[in-house]
Amino acid sequence: MPTCRIDGRPIDVNDEGFLTVYDQWDDSLATVLAGYAGIEELTDEHWKVLRFLRDDYPARKETATLRRVTAVGGFDMKELFRLFPGKPAKKMSYIAGLPKPKGCV
Amino acid sequence: MRRIVILGGGTAGTMVANKLRATEPASALQITVVDRDDEHHYQPGYLFMPFGTYTRKHIVQPRRKYLRPGINLVLAEIERVDADAKVVHLAGDRTLEYDTLIVATGVQPRPDQTPGAEGEGVHHFYDLEAAERLTEGLRMFPGGRLVVHITEMPIKCPVAPLEFTFLADAWFRERGTRHKVEIVYVTPLDGAFTKPVASRELGDMFDKRDIKMETDFAVESVDTENQELVSYDDRRIPYDLLVSIPLNMGPDYIARSGLGDEMNLVPCDQGTMQSLAHPDIFVLGDGGTLQTSKAGSVAHFAVDIFMENWPHYLAGEPLTHQFDGHANCFIETGHGKGMLLDFNYKTQPYTGSFPLPGVGPMALLKENKANHLAKLAFRGVYWEFLLKGRPLPFTADMYLMGKNIEDEASGTSTPNLLKGLVGLRPSH
Repeated sequence: MPTCRIDGRPIDVNDEGFLTVYDQWDDSLATVLAGYAGIEELTDEHWKVLRFLRDDYPARKETATLRRVTAVGGFDMKELFRLFPGKPAKKMSYIAGLPKPKGCV
Repeated sequence: MRRIVILGGGTAGTMVANKLRATEPASALQITVVDRDDEHHYQPGYLFMPFGTYTRKHIVQPRRKYLRPGINLVLAEIERVDADAKVVHLAGDRTLEYDTLIVATGVQPRPDQTPGAEGEGVHHFYDLEAAERLTEGLRMFPGGRLVVHITEMPIKCPVAPLEFTFLADAWFRERGTRHKVEIVYVTPLDGAFTKPVASRELGDMFDKRDIKMETDFAVESVDTENQELVSYDDRRIPYDLLVSIPLNMGPDYIARSGLGDEMNLVPCDQGTMQSLAHPDIFVLGDGGTLQTSKAGSVAHFAVDIFMENWPHYLAGEPLTHQFDGHANCFIETGHGKGMLLDFNYKTQPYTGSFPLPGVGPMALLKENKANHLAKLAFRGVYWEFLLKGRPLPFTADMYLMGKNIEDEASGTSTPNLLKGLVGLRPSH
């Protein structure tokens, strides 16, 4: 697993660039990761989604799928596509410092 | 006497019931299987129906015929499970008490979960009636744009939509009508398959067959009036014939019982299939949260692990036998050929040969005739060996011998995300 310097500190990531250590993430890192993902500014709406993903992960050890984010988190699917354009599931989990959601095997 | 109740008399439920009956005398274990009807379907056969290879008579057998003597079969709708009281409530105020419960009711196609997907002219082949309707739909199709679409993963037999696409391509070619048909494969994934090497090989096969692919498509609805698939990011894909694999969900009694997640799947241990919430509930077959394919081969291997753990479970000991997520899937590719995928939690599908390294006769991730013949022969194996719990020449543990191992990051369909994301542009 590679380590790279993000936001001025060493961060463990996988081959696709997703963080591999839950506790290495913080708000400041998220804003940098958002920039890598093409999102210039994280608004309150972005943060609500990211907080849900972060809070949902520890008990399940699995990143919430888009369906779970809408069904359990109560977010609107179209809104997620507006906030994280193109590939919302991947972008959300990437910025939240979580593994790419599986659901696909 | 211990009482075990098995919900679902399909592939997993039938196999585990028969294996338990062969192991435990009737005086020690009462086995009850619950299902809503007495029709056991050979589900892998649905795929072949639209092309006329199989009809209903190849697919349906009585459940009772494949359950050993000494197994009770109760035909009833399941209302709910009271996991604290260890009671199953059936329709008509009937109840079944259990000491151990096996959830083997799998997942079912749910077109009702996507607006428009129950509309006229929207096809799939994930149950018998739909496969029969598609047989007619394909026969009457004059040409135009065939769209094969997956609503969302996970689905059972995740390679079936690919197989349908390959078989349709071959079917049109054999009829000399392929030039009148445009084939588009629409997937919520970022490539043809979930694992990189397989995704690369299968993507190449699409190119060779002139099959177009639309990726990362999260469907919002089917617009049946204008005959278009509509995504959440406002992409529209027109179709003349639509085969849309619906969302697969566990049955609603799981939700009523408070046993499942948002897809009505029962959270279970990846190695032992034991419910995370209730140690006397196990999930076999497609209805759990195993991070591997929802497929008959997985059910078979997982049942073997369950049986190895069974005496330890009875003795109150730790369950030491661990399932590795082994899946073994045949992929029909048309023109009498097929290919084979063999993988588990840790190892993605690679090219190579199976079961004998360098010899085969089956080829991993490559097309040949032996793979196809093996797939057709499997229907007989299913009814005569698998369900009855007779030994098969495959094992639950996957071997790396015979596989051409590549770097895990191989396969170009999933580019480095840091690069990939920056290059992404929002649609519209």
